[in-house]
Order: sequence, then C-alpha cells, then structure tokens
Amino acid sequence: MKVLLSWLQEFAPGIDGDPVELGEKLSALGLAVEEMTITGQGLDGIVLAKVLELSPHPDADKIQIVQVDSGDGQPLQVCCGAFNMTVGDLIPFATVGTTMPNGMEIGVRKMRGQESNGMCCSATEIGLGDDADGIMLLTDKAAESLIGQPITTALGMETDVLYDLEVNANRPDAMSVAGVARDLAAALGVPFAFPERTVERTGDDASSQATVEIIDPDLCGRFTARVLQNVTVGESPMWIQNRLTALGMRPINSVVDISNYVMLEYGQPNHVFDLDTVPNGHLQVRRAADGETMVTLDEAERTLISRDGVIANESGDAISLAGVMGGLSTEVTDSTTNVLLEMAWWDPPSISRTVKRLNLPSEASTRFRRGADWGDNIDRAMDRFCELIAETGATICPGQIDVPGNTPAQEHNTVRVAKINSVLGTELDAATMVSHLGALGFESSASGDTLTVSVPSYRWDSIGSNAAEFEHNIAEEIGRLHGYEVITKTVPKGEQAGHLSEYQSDRRAVRAVLLGMGCDEIQPMPFLAPGDLALVGLDDDDGVRLSNPLDASESVLRTSLLPGQLKSIAYNQSHRNPPVRFFEIGHVFMPPKEGDLLPDEREFLGIAIAGAEAPAAVEVLNTLASVLALPNVQVRNPDNLPGMHPTRSAEVVIAGRPRGVVGEVAPSVLREYGVEGRVAWLQLDLGEVLGGPHGKRNYTPVSKFPSSDMDLAFSIPNDTGADKVRNTISKAAGKLLVDLDLVDVYRGEGVEDGHRSLAFRLRLQANDRTLSDDEITTTREAVIAAVQKTNKGQLR
Amino acid sequence: MLGVELASLVERASTEISAASDLETLAEVERTFVGKKGELVALKKTLGGLEPEERKAAGQALNEAMGQVAGQVNERRSVLAASAEAAQLAGERLDLTEVMSDMQRGHAHLVTQARDRLEDVFVGMGFTVAEGPEVESAWYNFEALNIPEWHPARGSFDTIFVELGEPEQVMLRSHTSPVQIRTMETEKPPIYIVAPGRTFRTDTADATHLPAFNQIEGLVVDRGVGLGDLAGTIESFVGAFFGHEVKTRLRPSYFPFTEPSAEFDISTPDGGWLELGGCGVVHPNVLANCGIDPEEFQGFAFGFGIDRLAVMRYQLDDIRELVNNDVRFLRQF
Repeated sequence: MKVLLSWLQEFAPGIDGDPVELGEKLSALGLAVEEMTITGQGLDGIVLAKVLELSPHPDADKIQIVQVDSGDGQPLQVCCGAFNMTVGDLIPFATVGTTMPNGMEIGVRKMRGQESNGMCCSATEIGLGDDADGIMLLTDKAAESLIGQPITTALGMETDVLYDLEVNANRPDAMSVAGVARDLAAALGVPFAFPERTVERTGDDASSQATVEIIDPDLCGRFTARVLQNVTVGESPMWIQNRLTALGMRPINSVVDISNYVMLEYGQPNHVFDLDTVPNGHLQVRRAADGETMVTLDEAERTLISRDGVIANESGDAISLAGVMGGLSTEVTDSTTNVLLEMAWWDPPSISRTVKRLNLPSEASTRFRRGADWGDNIDRAMDRFCELIAETGATICPGQIDVPGNTPAQEHNTVRVAKINSVLGTELDAATMVSHLGALGFESSASGDTLTVSVPSYRWDSIGSNAAEFEHNIAEEIGRLHGYEVITKTVPKGEQAGHLSEYQSDRRAVRAVLLGMGCDEIQPMPFLAPGDLALVGLDDDDGVRLSNPLDASESVLRTSLLPGQLKSIAYNQSHRNPPVRFFEIGHVFMPPKEGDLLPDEREFLGIAIAGAEAPAAVEVLNTLASVLALPNVQVRNPDNLPGMHPTRSAEVVIAGRPRGVVGEVAPSVLREYGVEGRVAWLQLDLGEVLGGPHGKRNYTPVSKFPSSDMDLAFSIPNDTGADKVRNTISKAAGKLLVDLDLVDVYRGEGVEDGHRSLAFRLRLQANDRTLSDDEITTTREAVIAAVQKTNKGQLR
Repeated sequence: MLGVELASLVERASTEISAASDLETLAEVERTFVGKKGELVALKKTLGGLEPEERKAAGQALNEAMGQVAGQVNERRSVLAASAEAAQLAGERLDLTEVMSDMQRGHAHLVTQARDRLEDVFVGMGFTVAEGPEVESAWYNFEALNIPEWHPARGSFDTIFVELGEPEQVMLRSHTSPVQIRTMETEKPPIYIVAPGRTFRTDTADATHLPAFNQIEGLVVDRGVGLGDLAGTIESFVGAFFGHEVKTRLRPSYFPFTEPSAEFDISTPDGGWLELGGCGVVHPNVLANCGIDPEEFQGFAFGFGIDRLAVMRYQLDDIRELVNNDVRFLRQF
C-alpha cells in the first residue's frame, strides 16, 4: 500500500516533520516502509509538450520519429522507443540539458542517423507511479494551454512524500490512506478526523428505484446502495489522476478513477452497475448454484460452485461475482446515465476461496479477504464517492439502500491487565492500556484487573474466535502503540541443559571422520527428473511426484542419493575440475507405508569416490564401523543390487539387518549419467544405523605380557568370502586372538585354479601370562584345521 | 715395575683415544685397553703373584688407571657421537618448499558450517535441536499453525505440493514450523528447542533464490514467557553469533501462528538495520492445537534463513553455488 504524506494530512494535519522520522514511526507501528520517495522534485527542464507528427524511423523498427511542440510552436524532432502516442497527445518532455531524477543527462543525440533533441517520458521516469510501459499521456485536454510550462505546473504536482508500506494480512484498516493516517496520528499523539463531506441530493429516493434482498446473510454482512443519475463517463480531474498514478493505479475514466480513489482513501471497495441493465433495479445476494455460469468484466465465462457468492438480478441471473469482479452485462459504459453504486461487506473466507479457486486477485478482493469495515466507513465512503462524482456533473438521488446481513459479532470483550503484561513482558497499568487502545479506536474501560474492550468495525482481525486469542490480539495493539523497542529484554532460563541428541552427536562424528578422510560435503537439491531413478535401477514410480514443480526436471522426490551425486560428479568432470570424493547426508522419500499419508522419509548417508574401485568404499565403511562401534558389520554379495556393478558390490548388513550398499556403481549407470571412470559408492540408511545398536565399547586391560605374531596364508576357493575365513580363524583362535588382519591377497602362479591366497596375520596374547610355545602351536594347528574343514582352505 | 708399565699403557691409551677419529675406532681402542681381553685387564691377572701389601697398592693403581682410560673413552665418545650426529643431520638436509601437495581434507558444506555454529550457540543457551520430515501434511504445515484453508497467508507461502492424498493436503514443508507442532504434540513444557532444516517454496532458482533452502526456528514454551523474553533471547543469540556490538530490534509484523508478531532486525556497521527474520509470541490457538493449555503456558518463536547467513558472511553473489556442488566452490571454505 502506498500513501502520500499530503493525503495523510487531510485526515490528520498534525502529521508533520522529517519524512525519514515519520517513516520510522510507520515501521515501528508494523507498517514497514519498503521505500520512501520525495516526489515532484528534480523535474526541472521537463515540460509539457504536444505530439505534432509521428513517422517511422527510416533505418530502425524499434524507434520512431516524433515531432513535438515543446512550447515555441515549432516542431522539434526526437526519436522515441515507445509507440503508444497519437498525434495531439500531451506528454511530459525532457528538454536538452535536463538531468533526469535517475541522473541521466539529456543531450542532443543521433539515433541510427536521426537527430533526437530531448526525451518523451514515461510516468516512472518523472517519479509518478509504476507505469514504465509507454509514454505518459495527459488525458486532460484543458492542459493544452500549458504547453511549454514545467510539467509540475501542468500536472499540478507538488513536492510530496510517497511511502510504500508493507501492510500485513492482519491489517485491513491499513489498506487505506485514512487507516494509515489513523495509526500514525495515534502514534504521534495528534488528532485524527474524517473530513465532512457534503452532497446535494435531488430526485427520487434510491429505494424507489432499486431494491436489494440478502438471501445468504452469512455471505453478505451489509449491503448498501445509492442511485446516481446523469452520469457521464469522461476524464477525471488531474489531481485525482495524479494521486492514483502516484499510488500505482492507472487512470482510466472518471467513474473508474473515482471508484479507485475512494477505495484507496477509505479502504472500501465499491462497484457500479448500469442501473438500466438491472430489471426493476432488483438485486439478490446469494450463493451460486453448482455449475452456474456468468461472464465477468474481463469477458471470461466463469463456472461457479456453491461456495461462491453472487449478486443476481430479479430473474436469477448472476450479474456480479460478489466482492471479486463485476459482471459484463451490467458494466458501466459510455452510454450509461443511471448508476447503482454498491458498497458491501463480504465474508472474508468466502471471498478468499473464490479468489483462490478462480485465481482472480484484485485490489478490491484483497481488502475483502482481510476483512473490510462494515460500520460507518461505508457511509463515509458513499458520501465521498457521491461528492466526487457530483463534481463531474452527476446527480445524487436521496436515500441509501441499506440491508443488513450477519456482521461479525464480538463474542469476547474482556482482557486481563496481568495477562497482557505477561504476554508483552511489560508492567503497564490499566489506564495506560485504555489510553493506547483509545488512540487506535478501541474503546475500553477498566474495572480492577479487567478491561472491557470493544473492537472497531475496521479491525475484523482483532475480534478473535476465543477469549485467549482476543487477549493476545489486544496485547498486540497495546504493545504496538507502547513500542516494541522500549520493552525490557529478558532471557528466560530453562531448567534443562542444552544438548545435542545422541543421534545428532553421532551424525557430527560421521561427518567429521568423512571430512578427515578428504570427502567434500555436498547438498544437491532433492528433486529429480522422471526417469532418473530408473537410470540407477530403481523403480521410477516409487519417486513421489510434485504437483506443481517449477520444472519437469525437478518433479520427482529422490529415493536414493545416488542420482544427485552422479549428477554432481558429472558436473565437476565436465568442468575439468580435480577428482572428487563426495559425501552427503540428506533425506530420501520412499512411498508411504500402508495406511500412511506421508512418504516413508529417511536420512541417508551417501559417499561417492570418483576414480576409485569398490574396496575404497569398503574401507570407508570399515572406518565408519569403527567410529560408531557398529556391531557385526557384514558385506553380503546378493545378485543384482540396483544400479551397482554386478560383481563388485555388496549389501551392507549391520547386526543382521540390511542397511545399505557398498561397492562400485554399474558402468552402464555411469554412462547414462555421463560420468567417466569408476565410482566407488557407499550408501547407508543413517537413521536406521544410528537408531540401531552401536557405540558399545568394552574396556579390555592392555596386556603386560609379550605377544606372539604368526602369518598364515591359505588357498581359498574364490566363492568363499574372506570374511568367512576371518570368522573361522577368529572362532578357532579363541580368546588368545587379540588382532587379526588380512595382510595379502594373491591370485596367480602357485595358487590352485579358482582359488586365491589369503594371508592373515594373527597376534596372540594373554592377559595373565606369557604364552608357552605349546599354546601357540596348539592354537596354530586349531586354526589351520578349522579353515581346512570350514572353508576348504589349504595352508600354503 | 707395574707402575712403569701402567704409566706407559695409560699414556699409550690416551694417545690412541685422542687419535680415534670415529666411534668404531674408539670402540676398538676401548677393547684394546679396557675390554675383557684388554691389556689393562690382562695386567690384573699378574696381581695374583704379588705380596698382599704390594697387591693392594698395585690393584688400586690398576683400578685408577682403568678408570682414567674409561673416562677418557667416554669423553671422546660423546665428542665423536656429537660430530657424527651433526654430520648425519647435515646430510639429511631437505628443502621444505619442495613439498608438492597437502594432505587432502574434506570441506564441510557452508550451510552445515553455519547450521552447526547456530546449533552450538543455541545449545549453549539451553536449547535442544529438534528435527522433522521435509514432506508434511496440511495439518502440520498450516492448520495447526492457525492458518486455515481459506487464509490469505496460505498463498504467500508459495507451497510446493506433492501428489499424495487429497489435492494440496501433502506438501514440501514451506517452513520448519511443523517441527514446532510435532514437538509440542509429544513433549510437555518447558520446551526450549531450535529446529533447523530444509524448506521449500516455488521460487525459481536465481542469484538470490532457491526452491530448496534452509531455515532455523526457535521455540520456547514455558510459564509466563512473553515478548520481552523473546527480545532478550534474540539479543543474546545475536550477540553470541554476530558479536556483542551488534544490536537488535523488534518491529510489529504479522504471522498467523504468533500474536503479537514481529520482524527482528540486526544493526549494521554503517548504522542501518538489516531484517533477519520473523518472530512472535506463540498464538494461543497454536498451543491449544497441540494440547497445551494457553492459560498455563505461553511461548515465543523465531525463525530465519541459514543460507542467507552464509551468503552474508562470504558475500556470495550467487546463492545457487550452494547446490551446484562445484569443488572449485566447495573447497574454498
């Protein structure tokens, strides 16, 4: 919402002073100033000019030659990139030598060989509003006598301050100049008053020309209407156009401009019907029938549902989409003379739903959705409209049709002083609260610790649906006026110590170890393209689809971290970056479990080492197993792990449960993702791993007795896992075994076909004695016998 | 007789010890004179033939001589050892600027670095860290947060919905506030949590926007906590995170889940203010939705973007680097 200081002053002349300080005051009230502009300044050299002739540029399509009269009656040639002018138009024109508000200097230039002696200006270029499309055209032909005069004179512009305010959804009142003035006046402690409007009324009473029936009183809280006659649609006065332009609205014609002006000034949206298109002037306010259709002002046929509200004529045809958009059949046109002016209060949720469903946001519906004023403001806005339209020659009939529906009822009206102080962290007394509330228009009275507060009709948001909500609403109003910045800052102390959960600490440990191993952490977005999952051998249909993706390539939620990591590797390879080793800890989204609404969401750990073979990933796994003290970690070789190298991958099994995969990514998958070389890959369901048994370490005293090492190499069939042999040795050596390492793997000459040599180093030691040669020999023989029996392994 | 022989032996030993130019030669000299079969030791055997009186004096003289020689050997040995070590060290000279690479270390993602630091500060202030799912239901993302289906604020969240359940009933969470609801539903006050995590909006990726970004929110539910506690908590956090010279202020604002609501700003070195996030006193309807009696407990909440802190700290000109995973970017931090 934009407001002009001069406009605010019409309601509160006491609003005055340094524009920056006033802006800070507005921000402190919750009306954040997003931008402040001083208007009507820095326009020296810009004059009113008239378009005399338009002709194409001989050598350019996107600019044309314009001859203008800038005051001396002689044609002056300029080149212009806009094509919205016609001969005779009056425009703002920057003469040679002008420095524009944005700092640009206007000189004589040649554009594609044609001389240009100045610049035709858009509204934005002279600091008037947001309309940067095309040249600003003055619609007031009476200004023709002012050609050559400064544009400020021609437009009646005065130096003013324009504030662009961020108005939150809970402030229907602040969607108007008057509402902003009321808030600011309250904060400054200066008087606020609505100017008296006087309107002469003649002719038949409105009630004899039109009737209104509210069929659904929950939809419409109040419906008022007046009848205007002898309406002519023409240009609105320059001062209205200037203000509309300043606030970002484009002037259209006198009726539309006045309608917008009144909406901006009072926050009261309004609608005009051509009364002669409404049979017998009868209107019905009701919910639509499912499937009912009507054509709205934008000439679109709308199919309605029963939650929409409509205004219908006496034959039942919908002629306006209540609070959202008027109907084409009753539109005010150049031939209109009799007008029915409507101002009503609509149920905010109803308007919200219709706007959302039909995607029809507008200045009017935005105000209704937040809760417009159902009280005197409607009457004041009516008076203002009538006053302004009367100045264009229209006649205002006496009387006002005013039909009540169900306006919001204030069911809660008491608040406790102590509770408000508790919510705010203040120690205000009841009298101060009453005073703050009064300044904002909330009438209240104190009785002991209790205030009785009545909410003004322009603060629908403050009513609240229950007593607690009402107290918080009122606390906010008191706090706002008291000033958040003066509330004493205190720090509450909880009774418990702050800490990370065990899971969070473990996750940090995992990250620290991976970083220490030289892995860089990445965070790809979790969106995939359709087909990405299939490329890594997973079921593409398992990926949850987004309903409104920004792009089809980001429309599927991942069920694996692999596609994102492969894309990241390919990206780095394509940029000739150094080799990468990546890790990521992130969520994946499995299809919902039976009966669940939400996906089966899990936190995974993925590690990709580009240019490395499968064992590199196993080494990472082993290190993690050691860091987290994972019990009984096994790698099992099942058939066809999705996306993995068929003979170089394994399932990771921890404490008997499958928790991930380790090995190498399948070459075919790498090709699909454009990754060169091998990629070692480890993916673990981190949530399950850390949620399962881990971290248990038992202290064993370090032996004070000598240890004895022995190396044993066995010829083992290729299909017997080294881990099996390790288990056998471990069991056979028993308690004396303190260390067991696989120290060599050899295939080739001297080893039986289909076998390889596995060399293990065993360290034997006891805690209570030096081992005897006999004990060592016995253990050695037991190990050899066990490997022979269990794993068909021959000692080499 | 023995005396003359001794004196000559000691003199000879002394000469040879001095002449020994390396440790090995010295060891040989040592063996020659005081070793098990050395000349001085050999003299000992001749003592047996002497008269007791004479033998005692001769024994003493022999021991003195042996001690003298051994002392000289040790002295010479330490000199030779020192020069031998010096020679060895001189030969080991390395040019340490010839080292070709560093030990490769990994780089924590900038968002992780910022998040860890935020968590640490809040843990120090007595908070625990809560987490929740990234795909949420309308109840957790909106309704429990006092944003009914018709509410104008719903549109402002630019929600990304997923194709599960009824239309617009399941979505990528548009803030981490659902974690607040989940925590309040399961835990009894007092509650002091921060909820960091990924959030999503239909923002097309550009230099300043990402459809997936990270937020952290704080929630306190306790007896009698209000706006002053909120302001104090924010100031305390900002002091710890940004430095105690940085000031904070609250400005009234609006969020459906807090009442009163505010934006909070931090002071900038040039005397201005920078908006950091939103906050407020927890709306009593939100407490009630989670089964907490708003008459007994009050709460406050605050939230802000994590990515933006990283962008601010390193003055990144393109936020998309946070998800591009280009090692030329990642390895700078």
